[in-house]
Amino acid sequence: MSLPFKPFLQMTAEDYHAIGLACGLEVHQQLLTNRKLFCRCPAGRYSDDYDAEVLRHMRPTLSELGEYDGTALMEKKTRKNIYYRIHRDTVCTYDIDDTPPFFPDERAIDIALEIALLCNLYIVGEMHVARKQYLDGSIPAGFQRTAILGVEGWIPYKDRKIGIRQLSIEEDSCREVSDVGHDRVLLTDRLGMPLIEVVTEPDMRSPQEMADVCQIIRMLCRSTGRVRTGYGAAREDVNVSVRGGTRIEIKGVPQITRIPLLIYNEAMRQCSLLAIRDELKRRGVTPDTFLASSHDVTRSVSKTHYLPIRGVMERGHRAKCVVLRGFAGLLNHAMQEHTTFAKEFSDRVRVIACLMTMPNIVHSDTASELLMVRDWKELRRRTRAADGDALVLVWGDEQDTRTACDEIIIRAREATLGIPEETRQAHKDGTTGFERILPGAERMYPDTDLPPIALAEDRLQRIGTQLPIRVWDRIDRYQKLGLPAEVIEPLVVSNRTELFDRLVDELGVEPSFAAVILTHRFKAMRRAGLPIDTLDDQEIHSVFKAHAEGILTRAGVPALIARALGRQSDDGGSPVSAELRAIGPAVSEHEIRVGVANAVTQSANLTFPTSERKHRYLMGTLMSTWYGRAEGRAVADQVAEAISVSSAEAPHQEVK
Amino acid sequence: MVEKSMTGYRGIAGSILDTFRVGIWSDVVIESSKGRFSGLILPRSETADDKHVVLKLASGYNIGVAAEAITKITEHGRREAHYKIPEKQFPVDDRKPNVTLLGTGGTIASRLDYRTGAVIPAFSPGELYGSVPELADICNLRTEKLYGVFSENMGPEQYIRLAERVGEEIRAGVDGIVIGHGTDTMHHTAAILTFMIQNPPVPIVMVGSQRSSDRPSSDAAINLINAVKAAAEGDIAEVLVCMFGPTSDEYCLLHRGTRVRKMHSSYRSTFRTIGDIPVAMVDPDGIRDLRDDYRRRRDDRDVTINTAFEEKVTILYYYPNMQPDIVDAIVDNGYRGIVIAGTGLGHINKPLYGAIKRATDKGVHIYMTVQTLWGYVQMYVYETGREIMELGVVPAANMLPEVAYVKLCWALGQTGDRDEVRHIMLTPISDETTDREPYNGYLIFQGAIPEVQEFLRSIKR
Repeated sequence: MSLPFKPFLQMTAEDYHAIGLACGLEVHQQLLTNRKLFCRCPAGRYSDDYDAEVLRHMRPTLSELGEYDGTALMEKKTRKNIYYRIHRDTVCTYDIDDTPPFFPDERAIDIALEIALLCNLYIVGEMHVARKQYLDGSIPAGFQRTAILGVEGWIPYKDRKIGIRQLSIEEDSCREVSDVGHDRVLLTDRLGMPLIEVVTEPDMRSPQEMADVCQIIRMLCRSTGRVRTGYGAAREDVNVSVRGGTRIEIKGVPQITRIPLLIYNEAMRQCSLLAIRDELKRRGVTPDTFLASSHDVTRSVSKTHYLPIRGVMERGHRAKCVVLRGFAGLLNHAMQEHTTFAKEFSDRVRVIACLMTMPNIVHSDTASELLMVRDWKELRRRTRAADGDALVLVWGDEQDTRTACDEIIIRAREATLGIPEETRQAHKDGTTGFERILPGAERMYPDTDLPPIALAEDRLQRIGTQLPIRVWDRIDRYQKLGLPAEVIEPLVVSNRTELFDRLVDELGVEPSFAAVILTHRFKAMRRAGLPIDTLDDQEIHSVFKAHAEGILTRAGVPALIARALGRQSDDGGSPVSAELRAIGPAVSEHEIRVGVANAVTQSANLTFPTSERKHRYLMGTLMSTWYGRAEGRAVADQVAEAISVSSAEAPHQEVK
Repeated sequence: MVEKSMTGYRGIAGSILDTFRVGIWSDVVIESSKGRFSGLILPRSETADDKHVVLKLASGYNIGVAAEAITKITEHGRREAHYKIPEKQFPVDDRKPNVTLLGTGGTIASRLDYRTGAVIPAFSPGELYGSVPELADICNLRTEKLYGVFSENMGPEQYIRLAERVGEEIRAGVDGIVIGHGTDTMHHTAAILTFMIQNPPVPIVMVGSQRSSDRPSSDAAINLINAVKAAAEGDIAEVLVCMFGPTSDEYCLLHRGTRVRKMHSSYRSTFRTIGDIPVAMVDPDGIRDLRDDYRRRRDDRDVTINTAFEEKVTILYYYPNMQPDIVDAIVDNGYRGIVIAGTGLGHINKPLYGAIKRATDKGVHIYMTVQTLWGYVQMYVYETGREIMELGVVPAANMLPEVAYVKLCWALGQTGDRDEVRHIMLTPISDETTDREPYNGYLIFQGAIPEVQEFLRSIKR
């Protein structure tokens, strides 16, 4: 079946407008603190090594208002054994045994408030720590401690405002090692590290707008200089809906560049699900008339040629068949770029019934190479299915197959309603897969272990007066300065923006020159192993000052910094000022002329294959003594002139 | 309208709500100099300040809004929370044993009490079945709430009624009894029940939880399931404590009521048998004996209930430089019994001797235990010990201080005769003193030692 959408690259803003695409973002950003949020364990220390393991099973509990959360009930069905790997250096009894929390890290709250103010949020009078339930095991306690710091803010984008619904501070979760069958293994080093979650309103209208806004929020966070960077330090959840659909959350997208394709595929899936609902309605299958049944067909299929199913009885397993009345033909309906409607069922069976060996279902809409026609015939006879019905077959452990049948029927019923509320995982190919039922407000519960924490006015004032210039104002200013786009972004998120402003405003350094040194050249030095981040702004400022005063050439600026960083400083003094002291006065035009003439004379006995080689040799000799004191171009011109004069005098020296 | 006193609001916050004629469960938009906030007004904890109004946002989060800054509150409706633990009829199966759950406090399934910030337990069989359906696979459950107190508020009144109710249930033919209890003083109650309920024909299993049952990782459900299993199917007709063995969700231990003690302020596996080994391990698959010298389940109903209790008894935790006036004060206040938790093998300093002598001369019964918890009182080894015995202090072998305390209360409730009290104290009823301390009765691993680390790495704790 063909895709309902044009290919990804041909989609226009109008196309997305036509389907009523609306997207929102949740940006998670780790904060740069020494300790974890609710205990005194160190933050940011990662290791795959572990000392011991702890086993937990999670049970759903009632919400504050007396409801069970749907996700919690789903996780209960999965019957997972959750093993936590723990290391003495990175976790304590708070993380692993849910012993009572310590008061939250003040620095983390300060950083979060700083970002909240940058997002123009209304700051709450008191933070109330809540427990957000996670029954997937990603947090050993079964809940994450989290608190709202601000609501109803905005950031500018193009000519409009993007609403920021809220900003919360929370503890990070575990890292997953494996999830096979009923066993899930997790590492606990990241657990409890402070992070913020910035939630936008669904104000973005196209995949590109999502990527843009995500980039702005990430730059805004990083402009504080007090958030963690590196892989996994910032993660996005992407919320997508189309007209007539429902909000679907795509979890944990680690790279902004992957967002647009995920949105395209998810929007297409939602449109397909709406089309299937309409088709079912046309066939008379509605939530009220929906019929499905499950049957143990172990005996009927035990002789099939299809290897995964053949011999289930010998393994002590069962095969079960679900009959979906009126669903024939629909399971092959295209969903995303590489998937069909059948994957919706396969995903649920994998995640909830833990039947993880693929394929984990076969269905009667597939071509007959899996099960023979006579197998299907036998199954239809056995289950009394009509031609208009679809059959879905699962096999495995008795209890798992029972769960699987229940989930297939639940998912099919949801198809008569449209799009079930889910969180979905982002696959590398740009498609999404079922992760869990979308949790609701029911999973929030007040934390009875900590009292409300008032956010004092003087604290907000102190943070408010020290805010960095807002990132969009910076971008605007840099664009006006004529900086190329490829240096604006790294400059904005670097912690050298104040220095950059001083270089340009105080010293009159050419903006692009300063920006390229502070971003690309510094990055190259960092890669080369030079400890560039240990240099303070004042030291770098002094190097540019030497340049502005004509003591140091353009090329001399990065060269001096690199040389200073590379040298062993014995006296403990600044290596930069030592290098600056070592620079002689600028070389005058006359000195260049004399120096070039001397060099040419001294090299008179040497033989060069070409005049370019001779030019290069002379430049190397001269610049090693003049580096940073004479502009290379002036020297090069003089050398070229001297070579052409000398070769005119002695053409026999040139050898081919 | 909800009574104002029930909402937790007073002072500035209370008058702001009055001014705008809104109250708890009002769905509101609050305008303030700090910004605009929309949500449902929730009750406020009584112990919190009077300067903030609590709102539940649509996202489920709660926030506090500074009351002083509020300029306007507009009500858009009301949404009262109707908290109810899902209640389902607990199924009755004639082939299953009958278990009675007596509640004194503590939580199995629970909900939040807004005024105090504490949790209110679910308790009826229907509520328990709604939250822990596994119980119906084990037994027919009947529940009775005797008290709803934190365990530190348990005392003689509660011990006595509890013992009497257990006796009545046993005589009524129940197959096992479970007692829900807060954990802090569970070992005190377990000890006194061991003395008050003698010769029970069925298991009496005390249970609680270290993590409130409103947490997905709570130990409450597992402890309860295992306790009910031990009461319904177990063969150990004694007063037992059933709590987490390791910190992992694996099994519970059944501890003898006289040898168990809470050993960590917060850890799950806080209950340990001291100076001996636990009686059994229990998990949903069954009960595994760790020893066989326990009293077996019987069909008769011959239980003896003896609820004697003298309240004027105290524990004196000795420390260096303790002054004699402390002992004098105890005696002058009419105390009839003192359990000393002495240092080492059971020692106190010389300056106390005079006061101790005066006390015993006045008829106060003084027993020596050890604050090391593990090991026996041995007062012959050093001269100090002999001198102390000369003063009339009776060594209580390896009885735990808390156990000696409740036993002395119980003994003095029965008699004031020195020899009789001594006889009662030193005749073990259920291993409160033992003849021997097994080598594996004292195991406190030290972290970082290579073989211990090896063990921790290979065994899920």
